[in-house]
This record gives sequence, C-alpha cells and structure tokens, in this order.
Amino acid sequence: MKFLPLLWSSLWRKKIRTIFTLAAVFVAFVLFGLLMTIRTAFSFGVEIAGLDRLVIIHKVSLIMPLPVSYKERLMATEGVSLVSHQTWFGGVYQDPANFFAQMVVEPEPFMKIYPEFVIPEDQVKAWLADRQGAIVGVDLARRFGWKIGDRIPITGTIWQPKQGQTWEFNIVGMYDGEPAVDKTQFFFRYDYLDENRRQGEGFVGWYVVKIADPTQAAQMGAKFDSMFANSSAETKTTTEKGFVEGFAKQMGDIGAIMVAILVAVLFTMLLVAANTMAQSVRERTSEVGVLKTLGFSNVAILALVLGESVLIAVLGGALGLIVSWAIVQNGDPTNGMLPIFMLPNRDLWAGAGLVLVLGLIAGLWPALNAMNLKITDALRRA
Amino acid sequence: MNFLSQTFAVTMLNLRTIPQRLGSSGVAIIGIAGVVIVLVSVLSIAQGFAYAMEASGSPVRALVMRSGADSEMTSGLSGVEVDLMKQAPGLRRDGQTPLASAEMYVIIDIPKISTDTGANVPMRGIEPAGIAVRDEFSIAAGRMFNFGTNECIAGRGASVNFKGLTVGNTVVSGQNSWEIVGLFETDGSVAETEIWCDVRTLQGAYRRGNTFQSLLARLDSSQSFDTFRDYLTSNPQVNVQVRREQDYYAQQSRALTSLIQTVGYGIAFLMGIGAVFGAILTMYTAVSTRSREIATLRALGFNTTSVVVSVLAESLALAAIGGVIGGTLAYLTFNGYQTSTMNFSTFSQVAFAFQVTPQLLTMGVTYALMMGLVGGLFPALRAARLPIPSALREL
Repeated sequence: MKFLPLLWSSLWRKKIRTIFTLAAVFVAFVLFGLLMTIRTAFSFGVEIAGLDRLVIIHKVSLIMPLPVSYKERLMATEGVSLVSHQTWFGGVYQDPANFFAQMVVEPEPFMKIYPEFVIPEDQVKAWLADRQGAIVGVDLARRFGWKIGDRIPITGTIWQPKQGQTWEFNIVGMYDGEPAVDKTQFFFRYDYLDENRRQGEGFVGWYVVKIADPTQAAQMGAKFDSMFANSSAETKTTTEKGFVEGFAKQMGDIGAIMVAILVAVLFTMLLVAANTMAQSVRERTSEVGVLKTLGFSNVAILALVLGESVLIAVLGGALGLIVSWAIVQNGDPTNGMLPIFMLPNRDLWAGAGLVLVLGLIAGLWPALNAMNLKITDALRRA
Repeated sequence: MNFLSQTFAVTMLNLRTIPQRLGSSGVAIIGIAGVVIVLVSVLSIAQGFAYAMEASGSPVRALVMRSGADSEMTSGLSGVEVDLMKQAPGLRRDGQTPLASAEMYVIIDIPKISTDTGANVPMRGIEPAGIAVRDEFSIAAGRMFNFGTNECIAGRGASVNFKGLTVGNTVVSGQNSWEIVGLFETDGSVAETEIWCDVRTLQGAYRRGNTFQSLLARLDSSQSFDTFRDYLTSNPQVNVQVRREQDYYAQQSRALTSLIQTVGYGIAFLMGIGAVFGAILTMYTAVSTRSREIATLRALGFNTTSVVVSVLAESLALAAIGGVIGGTLAYLTFNGYQTSTMNFSTFSQVAFAFQVTPQLLTMGVTYALMMGLVGGLFPALRAARLPIPSALREL
C-alpha cells in the first residue's frame, strides 16, 4: 500500500496517454454492460422460468388452440398441484407500433401459479369482481401513462367481439416484481373473451401446469402427452424453462453474436492497453534501473508495473460498468421490443473479473521485461 | 510546388518508417479493423433480413386479408368471400381463370438444425393459380407437387435451416403427413422459408372447412391496384383490407431491421471511440519517437503544414489498411452466411443470408478513415507545435 503514491505518480507521468488509455478501457466496459443487457433481453426471462411449471402446447404448433376441457383432466391427474391456461390475444392499442403482449387468463389459478407477479390485495379483489378488468405491468402503465380506473379500447386481430369493433377493458390493478420479471404485459379475463368472441369458444392457447415434484417433470410431461394422444388436439409438454429457451433460440443465436462482438471489443482494448504499458515502461528504462539500484527486488518491480496496469484497468473498467449500469436503469429504449431490460448482477461480477484479467494480461509482458532488465543495461540506455 | 514537394517528402519519410514501429502501428490497424468488422457484420444481418422481406413483395401483387388482421396468421376469409373477390376488376386473367390464389398460412413445429430445438416453420396451402401469380417461383430440385395429393414442396431456405426438409422425406404435423417431392426457389424471398402444399389438403388437416386466410392476386398492372382495392373495400359482402404485397412485407421487416441497425451503429460508435483512442496513442508514439527528426526538419525550414499533413497521412494510411482488412474479413466470414430468425408479426421463421454489400463496405472504410482523421489530428498538431530547441536537445 505504501507504494500507491509511486504508482499514482507514474500513472500521471504522461497525462494525455493515461487519460486516453482510461477512456479506451472505459468504453470497452460500457459496451460490455450494454451487450450483456441485450443478451439478457433476448433470453426472455429464462432465468426466472420455473422448473416446477410445465407448458403444454398443441403438438402441431403454438398457434393451434387446445380445448378448455383439458383443464379438468389435468387437474384430476396425480402430482399436479395447479392448472392454468393462457391465450395470446394479439390486439392493437391505437396503432400497431404500440405493440405489447396481451394475455387472456383465469385470474385465480394465474395468480397462484405466478407468485412473481406482485399485485396489491385490493386490486386482486377488484379484478375478481370486474369481468372487463385488466391487470397491467408497471412498465407498460408508465409507457402509456395509464392509471387505475382508465378504460382501454383494444382492437382484436384474431378475435372480433360480438358487438362493436373493439374490446374495452378497465384497468383495475398493476403488477410489479423483481427486475427480471417482464412488467410490460396486459392480463385480462378468459370469461370476458369467451363470452364475447364471435368464434373459437371453448379453446385456449396453452396450459401452464405446476407439478408437486419438479424432479418428475419429464415423466409428468410424457404422461400428459399420452393422455391426449390420438385426440383431435395432441399435445407437447416441456418445462417452462425449456419452452422459454426454445422460444429465445427461434430468434437466432443472439447470445453467441453478442459474445463474438465482445471478444472483438475486449481484444482490441487489450491491445491498446498493452501497447501503452509497454511504451510507458520502455520510456522509464532508466528509472527502473535506478529503482533496482536502490534495492527494489525483481518481484517488487514486477508488482509495480503490474499494479500500474491493473490500476488503469480498474479505474476505467469500474467507471465503465457503473455508467452502463446507470444507462440500463433508464429502461428499454426501443419502446417495448425488449421487455426485460436489465443488467444482471452475475454479469456485473463477470465484468469486474474481466477488468482484473485485462489489467494483468496487459501489464504482464512489460512487467516481465522490466523485471529481467539488468541494472547496467538499464542505466547505460539512459 | 515547394510546399507540395516538402509535404510529399515528409509523408514518404513517415510512411517508410512505419515498419520500424510495427508494434504500435499494428495496434492501431487491428483496432480499426475490429471496429469495421463489427460494424459491417452487424449491418449485414439487417441488410440480409431486409432483403429477404423486400424481395417478397411485388408491386403487381395485392394481398387481401380480413380487415383488422395484422398478418396472414390472424386473418380469415370464407370461401364465399374468396369467390366474390376473384370477380373483382383490376385482376389479371388467364383466359377465364383469374390469377388469384386463396391461401392458408399455418406454422408447424420442426427442429432447427443449428440448435436442435423446435421452431415455427410456416406452411402455406396454395391454389393452382398460386404458381402463376408468383413469377419468381422455380423448382430447384425434384418436381412440383400434384394438387389433390398429400405432397408438398419445401423452400430452399427452409431446407437449409430445418431438419428433414429434403426431397423424399415426410413432413408430419399431428396426424397428417405430407411427402416432400421437391425444393423451390423464389429469389431469396421469405417464401423460401415456407413449405407449400395444396390448400385443400391443408384445410382438411386443420379442420378449417372451406375457409382461407389470404388471397394473393396478380394485378393487371401496378396502376390497377386502386381499382381492385376500391371495388373490394366498397363491397358490403366482404369485410377485407387490401394491401400491396411489398408494403405488407416492408412493414413486417421494419421493426427488426431498425433494431439491428440501431444496435449495430451504437456498438460501432462506442467501439469507434475506443479505436480512435488507440489510433491517437499510436500516433502520439509515432510523433514522440520521431520528435528529433521532426524538429530537425523544421529547423531546416520545412513548413509546419507539411508536418501536420504528413502525420495525418500516416494516420489515414493506417486507418485505410485497417478498414480494408476489416471489410475483407467481414466479407469473407459473413457474406452469404445462412441463418433464420423469428418474424414477430407471424411468429414464424424467416430464413435469410447475411449480405455484405459494396455500400456496407464503402461505409466501413469511410468510417475507418474518419477514425484515422480524428486519431491523427491531435498528434499532428502536437508535432507542429513541438518547440524546436528542446526537441533537438532530447538527443
């Protein structure tokens, strides 16, 4: 620690160079934070997907509906603790550009099966009491400036109402949750849809089933699928995690693209930082000679040079991570295309680790050179 | 003339000594090349996707869907409506047959080869006129399917990206199966991601009765669109919207294309800042290792401007090398790279190839030169302001 002032003053030996190096490292880690955020956004919340929840869809494809009667049969199956169903509504609010997900659910099983959606008690009661009631995510409400009590018209693209052209909803509550929870969805009641749609009565999009023993997921899935085999609507069951992962993979491998870009970024910055360190040590050859003459051990020289390089990396990198974190706190800039917009702690720690690694690698070669320098050579070169 | 020859002499001196500073020059080159690779390759994704979507639309075709539907997936038309629409004016006729195909559009679950997980592959049921309506259609392997049978043909893009879509195999969906008898091409458009079969067999398999989802009509000419649309939208017996096919696909591609472009430009801009710092450092190094030479030149009476220009020229040369290397690598690695993504309007897959176009390459090299210019500016000014006596004393 007593060498810190020495490190500090050698850092500012050439101010401009140090500032530019710091800036390069800073930019690299701002990018690191943002790319990790995009990667998380395109994994569609796979981190919080439950292992004890199974998703049952039509075997042909997700868009084929399943009969609502399957609910009773699923409930009667041993090892099933909760059954709920959901339907994609796909409506348009004012303009198609205002895209957000609208889900048709049965309130009670839905809230039990998804405890991560936090809804105040009185709003739950209001929802159960109002057939046209809808619960919206806090992010969605903020996006459109909705308040509780607002009446929202939505045009159906898949289902037309028996009367009129639009579906009307009352916002009776808002849900909140952990950062990783998608808070941009719009949930409304199945009975409202089913009684008022012109066609498709008695069909739902897919089932979400909570099972008592998550280790039995595969067996339970096989059991469900065999229950409905050879019927007009055969099923395919996966864990919710598998379902979300599969959905994310349909987008293409966003994760791999982000990692590839990051490797390019970090490699470039590593070169810049290593080059600066090498240059700066080369200029100080005579100083190193003097230090050695004064009795600094080889290890101490190694530590000094490495320390300098790590200090640059830590200063620039930490600032970069903080700034990217702050940018992400402002929320999704794309107007609802990336509902889960957050920088996970795990990635922040990974970033911190990378900062250290970058500093060490960048300083290694110049540090070894400085360590192996002979005093006579060093002083003669001055 | 004197100024030009001075500048030329100093610039050549700088450029000739680059090999002596290979390490730090290499850093600048690699830094800039890295930025260009990322910029060009990310934008080539957007380019390829937009191309596939735009190639799908023809100005002489109109797409009819139920009013209120935002895609073929959510649309629905009755057989009666379809028959009425085929009588509309503005539609091209081949003898007595109207060139219009009533179609069904569904998705089926087929594993993607790259991830081995299920993907929503679109399947389209067409009428015999569906081939005549699409001029760009051609069979690439095998043969066309026979109407009235459970045969189908798969698009080339679908065949590359999804499992088991080769001639001789069978597409199984629920209790139905279709034998693949051929592969088709449509100039790289979205249709190449689809599987086509007879709409009548698809209606039966999906228990849809005599209903369709869309009507694709070949117009008499591009101008007859209004006639066709006005006739249908003013007809109280049908409840439909009519769009030019190219508008329909352009609208679907807009959101994803602009998202990818924003991300691409954003990353390239931030990375560019980093690379400019790299270039600045390199050029400072170049100037400071040569401060004695520069001071000598100036003491001999060389013009300050020629010194500035020479430093800028060196920086631009490094940037150009980096830009060309980056562009070449991006082209070799990514041009034509086949992939598929999900089109959120229909939740179905779109296969496309990355496209590294000459425009993108030009843009990459231009961006590299801009970075070189900014990176060389400050060091150049510093070289010009170097105090001659102290620089000479640094011996």
